[in-house]
Amino acid sequence: MTKVYVAAENIVSPLGLTAPANFERLLAGESGIRRQPGGFYASAMPDELLRQPVLAAGLEGNTRFEQLLCLSISDALSRTKVPIGDSRTAFILSTTKGNIALLEQGKAGSADASMLLHATAARIAGIVGAAAKPIVVSNACISGLLAILIAQRLIRAGQYDHAVVCGADELTRFVLSGFQSFQAVSDEPCRPFDAARKGVTLGEGAATVVLTKDTTLLPEGESVLLGEGASSNDANHISGPSRTGAELASALTSAMRRSRLEPADIGFVSAHGTATLYNDEMEANAFHLSGLLQVPVNSLKGNYGHTLGAAGLIETVAGIYAMKHGVVLPTAGFESSGISHPLMVSSHLEKRPMQHFLKTTSGFGGCNAAMVFSKVTL
Amino acid sequence: MSQQGIYINATCIIRHHSVDRNGQPVYAHEVPQADLQDFLRGLYDRFSGQYPKFHKMDLLSKLGWAATEILLQDMPMDQYTPEDTGVILANASSSLDTDEKYFDTVQEIASPALFVYTLPNIVIGEISIRHKFKGENAFFVAERFDIPFVTGYAAQLLESGAVKAVVCGWVEQYHASHEAAFYLMETAPRGMALPYSAETAEKLYR
Repeated sequence: MTKVYVAAENIVSPLGLTAPANFERLLAGESGIRRQPGGFYASAMPDELLRQPVLAAGLEGNTRFEQLLCLSISDALSRTKVPIGDSRTAFILSTTKGNIALLEQGKAGSADASMLLHATAARIAGIVGAAAKPIVVSNACISGLLAILIAQRLIRAGQYDHAVVCGADELTRFVLSGFQSFQAVSDEPCRPFDAARKGVTLGEGAATVVLTKDTTLLPEGESVLLGEGASSNDANHISGPSRTGAELASALTSAMRRSRLEPADIGFVSAHGTATLYNDEMEANAFHLSGLLQVPVNSLKGNYGHTLGAAGLIETVAGIYAMKHGVVLPTAGFESSGISHPLMVSSHLEKRPMQHFLKTTSGFGGCNAAMVFSKVTL
Repeated sequence: MSQQGIYINATCIIRHHSVDRNGQPVYAHEVPQADLQDFLRGLYDRFSGQYPKFHKMDLLSKLGWAATEILLQDMPMDQYTPEDTGVILANASSSLDTDEKYFDTVQEIASPALFVYTLPNIVIGEISIRHKFKGENAFFVAERFDIPFVTGYAAQLLESGAVKAVVCGWVEQYHASHEAAFYLMETAPRGMALPYSAETAEKLYR
């Protein structure tokens, strides 16, 4: 089967505008979560962080959502020779809500920007010079990881040789009010897997991974290979996770089995870890069922908040850096375990030699996705 | 990609307040100008009537749910384990119709019952709950129904052994406009038993 590699990455978040900058802040245990005007906590992009790069890139006429994505894609492309302007390079955008902020800004009928995700994707494709017709994946909170899995499958099917996979979501009143209506927003920075967790903290950001099957386009040194992945559905409830975690476990075990790996081969699991009571408990069940109780687990929601359609991508990029550096990042906000299985929740930065990590995501609609990422020397 | 051993075994197309199953008309609403809500209720009464959860769904989920209900009439799926069946859908306007309705409630009291439907893949969740499908999921958003892409992705899932059956297609709804075009694709022939090709899938859509 065609092997697909990661040629370049980016993260645009309150912690920085490049992947290395973000990773340095993560190593230092920093969080983008702050108390916001209105009293709630969120990881919001400070305007002053965006202003100069937006001007330099000539993006001041674009929406904030588009700015986040364009900055992320441009930085990732500047780090690789993978040609975005080639029709053999897929352009895949992951988002849950795109330009939904237009609705609350009273600009729904604006000619300059659209709430239609495909129109927004076409606009961004034009700005970054993508030749291929954009593919939009909108599958709740698994979108970012699912987009990587879809890109791998499209390259394996011979439809493309490379892919630029990007994702973003913006902090909006639309989404905040919805999570608040569910009583699901924490009144302090979120605490994944902790006994005192009180719910999610929202975040915003963008991330990009550039994928290729062409090993001559990879950076020097160790390369990152996409392992196997899978998605699944709980078939239980549209807004509550599975009671057993069996469906996420089925995606996890399928990803490991088809990558020919055992749980002992996994350096760490980058969990979804939203810090809601039910999500974290479901994940603990799933990791138990998948034989992962002896493997370190972390969640980066305490650093980035829940960035929805960007989450799978941001956390994958952070995971790739951690794997390359042989470290397991800590779970910001975690102190004492509050789940019914004894997971090895990572609470401090830990050195650990490894060749592989697992990324998992779960979302509304009962969806789950899991994927293996590996470090290889070519 | 070889397309051996992949079959389109059933289709369901809903447009202009009428329904075709496997190319044959099976339902036309008595009132051609009916409200979409009434039309979908008519489908529920005619093809199901035993699923109270239907009434709380948004219009996009009702449309996709009804299309699957009709698609799978006389096509039992109990020979499969839940993980064997995936649901792969696409549309043009995501959940924008419900987004607008939800955001109208935010000014007063934000409605959690509407908020949960402000994601397009919720219709995949509703179909999965109804039929106990636990396999692969994906929801794509595109201006038009790209039949080679959506059915091609489904075919690849079948070919790679990720699933043995896929409910796939197009489920679009914004205000009164609506269209669903669903396919049941499987690795074993039954029903229509048409060997899969993108051209065949396109012919069935017209």
